[in-house]
Amino acid sequence: MHMAATPQKVGATGGATDGSSTLADMIADFATRRKSLWVLVSLATLFTAWEIAGRVPISFAFPTFLETVSALLEMAFDGTLLPAYAITFQPLVIGVAVSAVLGIGLGIVMGLSDKAEWLLAPVFIVLQAAPMAALVPLVTFIYGIGLVAKTLAVIMLALPVIVLNSYKAVRHVNPSLVDMCRSFQGSRLQQIFKIIIPDATPVLFAGLRLGIAAGFIGVMLAELLITPTGIGDLITYHRSIANYAHMYAAVASIIAVSTLTLAGLQYVEVRFLRPEKRRK
Amino acid sequence: MKLFGIKIPMMTALLVWALVWEIVGRMDVIFLVPPMSAIISAGFDLVATNSWQSATLVTLRSFLTGMAMAIGIGVPLGIAMGRFKIVDNIFGLWVNMFVSAPLSALVPVLMILFGLGETTVVVTVFLFAVWIIVLDARAGVMQVPTSLIEMGRSYGASRLTIFTKIILFSALPEILAGIRIGLIRGVKGVVIGQILVSIIGYGELFELYSRSFDMERFWALTILLFAAAMLLSAAVEHFEKRIEYYAGAR
Amino acid sequence: MATSISARVANPAATTTSDAIVEVRDIGKRYGDIEALRGINLEFERGKLTTLLGPSGCGKTTLLKIIAGLVPATSGDIRVNGKVVTGPGPERAFVFQDFALMPWATVLRNVAFGLELKGIGLAERNRTARHYIAEVGLSGFEEKYPHELSGGMRQRVGIARAFAVNADVLLLDEPFSAVDEQNRRKFQEDLLMLVEKERKTFLFVTHSIEEAVYVSDRIVLLSPRPGRVSQIIEPSIDRSAAPDVIRRDKGYLDVVEEIWQGLRQYAE
Repeated sequence: MHMAATPQKVGATGGATDGSSTLADMIADFATRRKSLWVLVSLATLFTAWEIAGRVPISFAFPTFLETVSALLEMAFDGTLLPAYAITFQPLVIGVAVSAVLGIGLGIVMGLSDKAEWLLAPVFIVLQAAPMAALVPLVTFIYGIGLVAKTLAVIMLALPVIVLNSYKAVRHVNPSLVDMCRSFQGSRLQQIFKIIIPDATPVLFAGLRLGIAAGFIGVMLAELLITPTGIGDLITYHRSIANYAHMYAAVASIIAVSTLTLAGLQYVEVRFLRPEKRRK
Repeated sequence: MKLFGIKIPMMTALLVWALVWEIVGRMDVIFLVPPMSAIISAGFDLVATNSWQSATLVTLRSFLTGMAMAIGIGVPLGIAMGRFKIVDNIFGLWVNMFVSAPLSALVPVLMILFGLGETTVVVTVFLFAVWIIVLDARAGVMQVPTSLIEMGRSYGASRLTIFTKIILFSALPEILAGIRIGLIRGVKGVVIGQILVSIIGYGELFELYSRSFDMERFWALTILLFAAAMLLSAAVEHFEKRIEYYAGAR
Repeated sequence: MATSISARVANPAATTTSDAIVEVRDIGKRYGDIEALRGINLEFERGKLTTLLGPSGCGKTTLLKIIAGLVPATSGDIRVNGKVVTGPGPERAFVFQDFALMPWATVLRNVAFGLELKGIGLAERNRTARHYIAEVGLSGFEEKYPHELSGGMRQRVGIARAFAVNADVLLLDEPFSAVDEQNRRKFQEDLLMLVEKERKTFLFVTHSIEEAVYVSDRIVLLSPRPGRVSQIIEPSIDRSAAPDVIRRDKGYLDVVEEIWQGLRQYAE
């Protein structure tokens, strides 16, 4: 019954503003600009606090914000940062891709079939709630310390998240739409491909995004635990030579990269997959 | 699922998987997978050992301290963000960022700041758990129905009364949901912290067993840990259900 | 006053008509321990609009969904055109209370969806869909998405979709309950025009007494727990009169009052 109110309500969180001329648009535009102003204030607050804490200093191993930024720029320009990301992204991308295909497939099957649900759901519920990090050392026994081991670490963390979200996406498909399809004599296949999967797509995608977030945790764990490579190597190396500004820069950069990736995916999700949440 | 008209509880599937594990273990395919029965008996031996008991104590202490900090700081911060726009504007960005950031990358930084000891693990637990607690408390406060607050005002309640008697109670279901997810993340935090520090608590034991290829104990410890995480989550969920009745009535 | 409205109260047992398109034979429905419907016997005449009316919990929506083949009955059977049916069929089309529009599809694709499922070609199904979109007064909205429409317009899409498959019987499950009062009145008037024009059989579920009396040829009153047929009323309304004349007519108001007297014992 409150359906009609939804587009307006969520409008404020939506994407970009275009230069329209109505009063409402101008107000909306002002609100978004103020929002970006707040982003700046918010960033500035933490960076200032960081700078002050670094100057006090609160610890010998705590560089100032400006030192960290210059270390980041140095690494960006002397050609260590990009190759490190190229290495880190390999297991991440492969692991996430495998988890996506396998996870969405398994999740959909579990959502559609009670037997598959019974057999598989408990396993993935346990795997999602449990600290999978404990199993990462095991991987090295079989696959050594190479790309396969790191990819597996990513899969171990990303797969359960994607499976469970896909499964929930299918189970929470609007039952009224399924009834509608049945009332027009849609076959089971038509029901799955024309109603269930399209209706579940936004949630499937959101699950994928959460899986990617877990994958980032997994790849960092692998690079710190299995053997230092990529960004993990930058962190470990600069730590070992007490080059703290560079180490902090590497940590901050991977957190920033993961945040931007996830924010980008969220933007895509809202912009293209949820027409009802799109700003008109 | 139903079999012969009898509803079979979902978690019984885990028994099927344990049986599969036992068979694979008996077939001796790979040294990594010892039979489930051997793991279980190793588990009984394990809990009797001194090293397990002291590791459990250390782990529990780190976990509880970190969680207490996460709840003690996270809930008030989340409520403040839900009530005051300016707090929300300043912290919103960071909370949303850290809730899904790869915090495992931050552990090395914690290790040099707080040393290779319990403090690092406590801070890791805190960092893993706190953000989702903040976000859920914020969401809980923000979705308090306006009509409830207006009702309070129309009956002459003071701002403090409205806050303590209406807003806090109305936000309770969300706050608890945040704490439940926070607890699960905290368990992951304690394990990741200990494994990366690798000289205390379960991290030390995992390191020891995997180095000496003591797979039975390794798996026994893992299963104990997984079971503890599941039980913890189930316990909070049970508590949540008890107060859910008024969340449903909103 | 030119309108003549009188209500004929019919005995449920004496409703056998020669031209019944839908027959409900001794339908019962249980959900576990709860008995939702008991011993329902009804016949629905071809080309008429029959309303199922009753308080919440009387099983009127359940009965409609059983007729639609969406919900299996525990006992009894449903005949459409003389044949027993157990599932949905092409001779029946359903209009949903919550519209059941696909949010990712345009109005055009939503209206054409029943035809799409039947495997009818794009050009042909779009032509049919456009015709019915115009029929329900939504021309120009073909490329809009459901979230861009008001509640009333969304339900017009739902009705156009049901018309597009050219079923004999249209089953409408509280189609106007999510539409505000002003639009609902306009909608009721438009529905009567469509009934006139399309010459189909309508089964209509509502909990609004006024709505039932205004649109129906025949009203089936259901009583709750378990749902049973308690009374059948036939308000003979002169549809040629203007809507505002009908709504002020003493006969119309008397039928409304009579139904309310029958139902007030079930009010909480």
